[in-house]
Amino acid sequence: MTALPTLRRQRHPLAAGAAQRRLLAELPLSRSFEAALTASGLEPLRPMGTDVLQLNVGKRCNQTCGHCHVDAGPDRTEMMSTEVVDICLRVLASSGIGTLDITGGAPELHPEFRRIVEAATRLGRRVIDRCNLTVTRLPNYRYVPGFLAEHRVRVVASLPYYQSRQTDAQRGEGVFDASIAALRELNALGYGQPESGLVLDLMANPVGAFLPPEQSAAERDWRRELARRHGVVFNSLLTITNMPISRFLDHLERKGQTHAYLEKLVQAFNPAAAAGVMCRFTLSVGWDGTLYDCDFNQMLDLPVSSPSARHIRDFDPAALGARAIATGPHCFGCTAGAGSSCGGAVA
Amino acid sequence: MESDHYYRDADLARFGDIGKGAPELWEKFRAWYDAVFAEGALSAREKALIALAVSHSVQCPYCIDAYTTACLEQGSNEEQMTEAVHVAAAIRGGASLVHGVQMRNHLERLGM
Repeated sequence: MTALPTLRRQRHPLAAGAAQRRLLAELPLSRSFEAALTASGLEPLRPMGTDVLQLNVGKRCNQTCGHCHVDAGPDRTEMMSTEVVDICLRVLASSGIGTLDITGGAPELHPEFRRIVEAATRLGRRVIDRCNLTVTRLPNYRYVPGFLAEHRVRVVASLPYYQSRQTDAQRGEGVFDASIAALRELNALGYGQPESGLVLDLMANPVGAFLPPEQSAAERDWRRELARRHGVVFNSLLTITNMPISRFLDHLERKGQTHAYLEKLVQAFNPAAAAGVMCRFTLSVGWDGTLYDCDFNQMLDLPVSSPSARHIRDFDPAALGARAIATGPHCFGCTAGAGSSCGGAVA
Repeated sequence: MESDHYYRDADLARFGDIGKGAPELWEKFRAWYDAVFAEGALSAREKALIALAVSHSVQCPYCIDAYTTACLEQGSNEEQMTEAVHVAAAIRGGASLVHGVQMRNHLERLGM
């Protein structure tokens, strides 16, 4: 597999969240996200409680996908410290948050991945691993599929398409074949199989500057094609829109498509999707413990607005519950069409 | 508006401008058009592929752009879309060739 240099490694101007925010703010869009929210009676956007604690445990990844909003890759070194991991686990234990959603980078590359999963499952919390699949092919990580099955972790695996050419174009040469090998191993452990209770969902994002297909229709196609071509089964297909952040923003810039893509998202604004966006139910924790409304705001260096609770050590449900969610033009990505989230379409 | 091109991609977004001359007809067209492309006995994905093929057959650059995007957004891939274009091309080619029978009929009438 090939791994391209990250924007950070290239010293690319868009490696900085502030530069991305500036670029997006200067686009002459037909309306602002805040105006769209106002017209829908949702401004300011408020949280509905925290059902999911999403930990971004670090930016290290064995892949450098062309659309990655994290700018993750092998050369990234940011990792959640033991101290921050401990605080997150204490918050999980003391709060009523039912789900721990572990993301990255490739979360399995975090040295304490096993400890985090074990502690959360011991607390009786649902655990989600956002897995790039290929990490399970690395020599030191062959244990991962069995470990996930043992702890009954829900696997949300990235696979943008059911064919190799599209998948490899986005995620790197050889990624599709390695992903299929990983999916087969997960299937053999019971993942995606009827009545096993081991949930394997696939996360698909478009291979280019267009909106994702309608989720249930795409799921039918994917189920048929993955079974027919590769004998792979899964539970649900979750579609997600490419966010105009980091490497996908760089891709849009290089193609001269930034304005056209953002305007497409603006035109597809769906108030029902806006009402159900994941930031209303999720609290996102960065590798250094900073709190964000979502993983996208995290990559834009846009922390939660509540000044007294900006770090997990200051976790305060009342202060966080009263906050206004930080928004910007990128939020049109989560509200276009049927909507888009870490849980797929929302409307 | 002055232009040295008959086709400009920005004009696709101005499709609705045609409604200014006859708003009621435009509204009827839009309602019918939306109903045609709704999920029915054929899936929205299948309809987008048919539309892509027909776009090539009627040689409408706006339609080609619009239904290339639509096919991708319905989950189709390049291979499926290219096959759809070949279907349009085959029908166009076949439509020319089948007129050869007319040629042969006339040849028979004129010949000895």
